Amino acid sequence: MGRNVSASAARLLWYPLALGFAALVALPIVVLLLSWGEIDASIWQHLWQTQLPELVANTVVLAVGVGAGVVLLGVSLAWLTSLCEFPGRRWLDWALMLPFAIPAYVLAFVFVGLFDFAGPVQGTLRAWFGAGLRLPPVRSTGGVIVVLVLVFYPYVYLLARGAFMAQGRGLMEAARVLGLSPWRAFWRVALPMAWPAIGAGLALALMETLADFGAVSVFNYQTFTTAIYKTWYGFYSLSTATQLACLLLLFVLVVLFAEKRVRGQTRVAGERQRSAALYVLRGPQAWAASAWCGLVFALAFVVPLLQLLAWFWQRGRFDLDERYVSLVQNTLLLGAFAAAITVASALTLAFAKRWRATRKMRALVAFGNLGYALPGSLLAVAIMFAFSYLDKTLVIPLSTWLGGAGKPLLLGSLAALLLAYLIRFMAVAYGPLDAALARIRPSIPQASRSLGVGGVALFWRVYLPLLLPGCLSAGLLVFVDVLKEMPATLLMRPFGWDTLAVRIYALTSEGEWARASLPALSLVLVGLLPVIGLIRRSARD
Amino acid sequence: MQLRSLFAAVALAATTFTANAAEELVVYSARIDELIKPVFDAYTEKTGVKISFIADKEAPLLARLQAEGENTPADMLITVDAGNLWQAAQQGVLEPLNSAVIAKNIPAQYRATDGSWTGLSLRARTLAYSPERIKEGELSTYEGLADKHLEGRVCLRTSQKVYNQSLTATMIKTLGEEKTEAVIKGWVNNLATDVFADDTALLMAIDAGQCDVGLVNTYYYGRLAKQNPNVKVKLFWPNQADRGVHVNLSGAGVTKHAPHKAEAIKLLEWMTTPEAQRLFADLNQEYPANESVEASAEVQSWGTFKPDTINVEVAGQLQPEAIKLMDRAGWK
Repeated sequence: MGRNVSASAARLLWYPLALGFAALVALPIVVLLLSWGEIDASIWQHLWQTQLPELVANTVVLAVGVGAGVVLLGVSLAWLTSLCEFPGRRWLDWALMLPFAIPAYVLAFVFVGLFDFAGPVQGTLRAWFGAGLRLPPVRSTGGVIVVLVLVFYPYVYLLARGAFMAQGRGLMEAARVLGLSPWRAFWRVALPMAWPAIGAGLALALMETLADFGAVSVFNYQTFTTAIYKTWYGFYSLSTATQLACLLLLFVLVVLFAEKRVRGQTRVAGERQRSAALYVLRGPQAWAASAWCGLVFALAFVVPLLQLLAWFWQRGRFDLDERYVSLVQNTLLLGAFAAAITVASALTLAFAKRWRATRKMRALVAFGNLGYALPGSLLAVAIMFAFSYLDKTLVIPLSTWLGGAGKPLLLGSLAALLLAYLIRFMAVAYGPLDAALARIRPSIPQASRSLGVGGVALFWRVYLPLLLPGCLSAGLLVFVDVLKEMPATLLMRPFGWDTLAVRIYALTSEGEWARASLPALSLVLVGLLPVIGLIRRSARD
Repeated sequence: MQLRSLFAAVALAATTFTANAAEELVVYSARIDELIKPVFDAYTEKTGVKISFIADKEAPLLARLQAEGENTPADMLITVDAGNLWQAAQQGVLEPLNSAVIAKNIPAQYRATDGSWTGLSLRARTLAYSPERIKEGELSTYEGLADKHLEGRVCLRTSQKVYNQSLTATMIKTLGEEKTEAVIKGWVNNLATDVFADDTALLMAIDAGQCDVGLVNTYYYGRLAKQNPNVKVKLFWPNQADRGVHVNLSGAGVTKHAPHKAEAIKLLEWMTTPEAQRLFADLNQEYPANESVEASAEVQSWGTFKPDTINVEVAGQLQPEAIKLMDRAGWK
């Protein structure tokens, strides 16, 4: 009886905790919503007449194209590497995750630099076939979709691969015993069962796509997000820009909701590591599988890496100095801090939803995951305004009252930057943790309780060991995302906290793509180890 | 005992911190590290005043200044165009100064009328062309880029870049809105390919033969020519018979709530003196705003030109109109 009381008291804690996180995310969103207080009719009219229809069309085309592309690449590659056997599978299995270490803006400038009219590829072709040679333009809708698919497919790949491996051999064997061909078993059994994972990866890829500014602006592809920046930088209207951002958020909410509806109540399979391949491919099939995986790996990783190395040799190496030690240090520290905080917070939210699975709680948790879809600069500005408000109304009076210096604490502090990362990357950590928690069936804690393990001990001795792989995945994902993050870092870093992404900004903002190869290459190398760790950890033998 | 020494240590740390803070200036800079740090280093060496700064784009820096209000640590804001300085002054985050030193060093058209900011270096936006494919007499003015004979031969950078917005704004001021719109429609009509994301890519496209002529800031040309002395691109000074070449500027202002206002004014005044001007402009092959200082030998080798003397504040005032016009004309 006494234990029941304390257990329900402990469970009551989840509401305030979840509310706290939701409030944190709500802070910048409230700032965004407040912008509706003043509406600049002339800018809206102008946007409506000349821009919006095209921007919306562009954005939808981009989202559909990237969505279809990442699912096609992510699922097909995951299926091949997790359930089949073919030449090269063993290393392609983890190598296909490496493109995750390349920031979208870096792949964009590498592709444009390499394949545009003035680049080495077309230059060589013109030298061979005459100066009149004209190829289809690289800076086009197709070009930007290809680049974003190549950088964002790893989200789907990672999650789909985990799901396929977890389904286990028995499932597919059962399907085949029931008379399904491998192909139909894939469509009717494996794919529907993996959909929650694929959907989660797709949602992450789409949110990244919608919020992306760096890559699309290299291609001059105008989206809703570029319009947000244009309204802010060009029309000097931060309020109209934030109003546009609210519309973008609304769109994301609708998409997320639709994805949840489609996902429905599909149950997640328990985690079971596979040991042997289900399909051993031979002959042309095997070569086709190797070629497809190899092609994606080459385009998404080898080609950009070689171009970065070439640029590094031509220009970048002359910039290498002792500054890079501290740049790398700062980048690693920020990534590690942010990963730890974000995983802890996401874990709290996931538990809150598991133990108080009410509608209200689900709404709070969904709300807490929204930060990922906001364009980075705007999120940073919104957080800044929120913090400066807190500084003025809370921190300064409080510190003066306590006899302190009465100085603002939040703005420009490391804590503010880490909170910005937390708000932005909550969704990245939450996805894998929620999935990992869902795999722990209620019978496990029930059995533990009947054996007398409950409360805190239950968490340490049962949940945590089972969740550790999920925590590690979530932490590494956040870590790599923070390495690549640019806009919030630029604006909110305390003095002296320059990172590799900041250095890339400094060079690319002046059009110095070749010199940007040094920080870009360093960033990719720093990101590679965690990415390899992420995937090797779950590799099949 | 231990607690006491801990308190003492904290107190010591606090005093050292404030002591440092008193002589350390804070700058928000839209000029990137390597185009500004050497100037600060020179000042620190001369005066002992330390300067720390963060570099980002203007709009986020401005938003940060506004959010921080009177609690801002920033003493100075540096931008790379006049429009954003004008906007900063409009938002009231800059302190109007009445400095005889700045008035003496910098011509009036490169300063705010109320003294809230001053230009430090000039950035000419001019024509770059291929001497192989553009014949003598084919180029004349900015407006001439809309002529029929240049159809399919022009390259432009995106209209989202403030340099193009400022140029269009000054054209609206001198030519009127209707004429400017017709000219810009003509430019868009003459495009050889989609607009570029930066001036360097545009210059490389001319070099590679994708187009014959385009609009660039001169220092991008300087940078490319330094890397590749054989680059097949030259600069042309348009409108020499009338208003002259469009000139934008990189400049600075002292913030309204600067914690070290007197020190900041001293720094800004020093930045207009020949000693600093030389360094500031030469770092990026720009033109010094102080007319008593000559441009670097390399910059001078591109020839002399007559600059447009319209007050650059126009760039800020008319920027929204300019963007709307560019949107209507289809300049992406």
